[in-house]
Amino acid sequence: MKKILALVLACVLALSMVACADTSNNGGNAAQTGDAQGNNDGAFTGYIKIGGIGPTTGGAASYGTAVMNAIKLAVDEINAAGGVNGMGFAFEWQDDEHNAEKAVNAYNTLMDNDMQVLIGTVTSAPCIAVVAEAKEDNIFMLTPSGSAVDSIAAPNAFRVCFSDPNQGVGAANYIKENNIGTKIAVIYNVSDPYSNGIYEKFKAQAATIGLEIVAAEAFTNDSATDFSVQIQKVKDSGADLLFLPIYYEAAALILTQADQANLDVAMFGCDGLDGVIGQLGDKAALAEGVMLLTPFAAIGATDEKDIAFTNAYKAAYKDEIPNQFAADAYDAVYIVKAAIEKAGVTDASISCSDLCDKIIEALDGLTFEGVTGTMTWDIETGEPNKTADAMVIKDGAYVAMSK
Amino acid sequence: MKKFTLSKPAKDRYITYGMLAVIALVVQLYITYGDASRSFKGLLVPTCVYILAAIALNLVVGISGELSLGQAGFMCIGAYVGSTFSVMTEELIASSALRFPLALLLGGMVAAVFGFLIGIPVLRLRGDYLAIVTLAFGEIIKSVFNNIYLSTDKNGLFFSIGVESKANHEFDAATQVDYIKGAMGISGTPRDSTFLICMVVIFIAMFVMLNFIDSKQGRAVMASRDNRIAAEAMGVNVTRAKMTAFVMSAFFAGVAGVLYSHNLNTLQASTFNYNLSIQILVFVVLGGMTKMRSVMIATIILYVLPEALRGFNLSNYRMLIYAIALIAMMLINNSAAIKRVREFLRAKFARNKNVGGEV
Repeated sequence: MKKILALVLACVLALSMVACADTSNNGGNAAQTGDAQGNNDGAFTGYIKIGGIGPTTGGAASYGTAVMNAIKLAVDEINAAGGVNGMGFAFEWQDDEHNAEKAVNAYNTLMDNDMQVLIGTVTSAPCIAVVAEAKEDNIFMLTPSGSAVDSIAAPNAFRVCFSDPNQGVGAANYIKENNIGTKIAVIYNVSDPYSNGIYEKFKAQAATIGLEIVAAEAFTNDSATDFSVQIQKVKDSGADLLFLPIYYEAAALILTQADQANLDVAMFGCDGLDGVIGQLGDKAALAEGVMLLTPFAAIGATDEKDIAFTNAYKAAYKDEIPNQFAADAYDAVYIVKAAIEKAGVTDASISCSDLCDKIIEALDGLTFEGVTGTMTWDIETGEPNKTADAMVIKDGAYVAMSK
Repeated sequence: MKKFTLSKPAKDRYITYGMLAVIALVVQLYITYGDASRSFKGLLVPTCVYILAAIALNLVVGISGELSLGQAGFMCIGAYVGSTFSVMTEELIASSALRFPLALLLGGMVAAVFGFLIGIPVLRLRGDYLAIVTLAFGEIIKSVFNNIYLSTDKNGLFFSIGVESKANHEFDAATQVDYIKGAMGISGTPRDSTFLICMVVIFIAMFVMLNFIDSKQGRAVMASRDNRIAAEAMGVNVTRAKMTAFVMSAFFAGVAGVLYSHNLNTLQASTFNYNLSIQILVFVVLGGMTKMRSVMIATIILYVLPEALRGFNLSNYRMLIYAIALIAMMLINNSAAIKRVREFLRAKFARNKNVGGEV
């Protein structure tokens, strides 16, 4: 009897959750926007359906959530400002749990729901799986943050962020040109394609231009809590610069533990390091003097667009500070808007393949000014051409490094 | 005492085969002539992969009564071996009808060899050692494959563990081809897995395993599960019996891995983590751990449910609903009241036992 009761209770719970799901769509986590509020007033001639894929559950959820929030913010802004060529944007998000297989499932679901433009996927590996599908459908695919080379291995796939090799080579060159360090130690995440990709090219480039790597210490996702061994080795190696091609969560731990171990070297990172100040919380002083190559900085931004985006994001999402992922995704939506405007598409019922051809045609020669910098695209490869600014953290804010 | 009658298993087998055939036929007709949605078509191969992995695991967990937590590790081996083989021979063997079966066999066999190596020390022991060792095995395999680099250039093959030596190696850039790229895994695997091939493989696996269970060896396995001492006293070589089941399970898990890797364009070792092993174990446990057929049905329900929920306005709650479904299934499986209801229904519908074809 007890078990039946438990079962009934479980069912009631499930049902109440279902009921909640229907009514609480304004909770900031809602997957769909656009359709619901826009259809009644008839202000738009139709809706271009934007799909988004990324992890909102599991280990990489923070990246996916940032992208989802930023796309939603941009879509709402665009719709509120009158849309694009008389059309509005509709947006649907699907979770991929940072898993290639689930990403393809998510993609198929979105295609069933008549997606016309895909902004995604957020993480590199699932992106490679989705790109193969998207190639067959010839749907315009713009990944905000899939940085692996293969992530855009299709003529219809483009990206907003830098590619991994690009960052590794860029970082090595910058260090050499500006004489930031000569003996370099690296701590990288061997189980993360992003980190591995940057490190591989960094090392190759360092050898070419004559930078000495004195220590290269690896960690994995499973061991990303204790860095005392790696830090000790960096200390012993006598390095004068610590290169951190990793994401900000691990970097915050490294900074904290390096401080405890009295490791006193300059630190240099890539765009994944953006967000480290927020992650450190009340220990933000530890990030003082950390240098990073990033096209976007939320804290201490001087660019008008960056400030406006940061404020809008904070207002919409409970004072959360947007990170690199959010900025790239926000740009992605506006890039799609700019391309559609330039292409002069006015019919929202256009097929995804036709729309893709028009967007790519429009992207050729388009110069886009967004929160992550001014960029153009190489139509052949899908890579953006933009510059990364070297920033240094000073008094809890990013300051452009003087050359 | 448990009684193993002979006529019943044979009948049971034919029901299972019939069910497989009906599913294969109905679904294939539906995707060929009906207007199946893309997500439906996309789910077919993964579902088959998990069915194969789950029924293979059932051979160890259900039939031989050992706990194995390394199914994902065997899948990982199969996936990498099969995928590497296909990528490297894509130009050499142009016909996928020839290449893919070879990849399937190769992936399965390498996984089986690893199963054999693990089985040698562990299956001689009593207790939970297999669970501990397979758990570690899965993690080791994941870490190793996460660090493998395999490339070729005009100077030949380059293989390394760890990115260090690759970054130090000088490649001939013009002819360099990267096959396995560490954490980035393998990309560009030909997508040879189709629903029909998967069903044929499942059918073969089912045929082999069900016949094994009913064979002399299979009964020896079950006897040593139920009472090891009694079985040994009767002259059953327990280690050998369990080893056969374990290696067979590893083989089919490897084959499942090959099917998995040929369904996606990309393959990373991080997919085959501990969670995947547990997920497959959940399919087996909630499938009742005895009949292959019920494990298959449980897999279909539990894999398709969270994906099917995507389509509704519930996508934010799908993982929650999935968890509740797991709990509910656990209760239903074991509650006395539900068992009574089942008995009642069984008695009532004893004559026209239906051969369900649900997907």
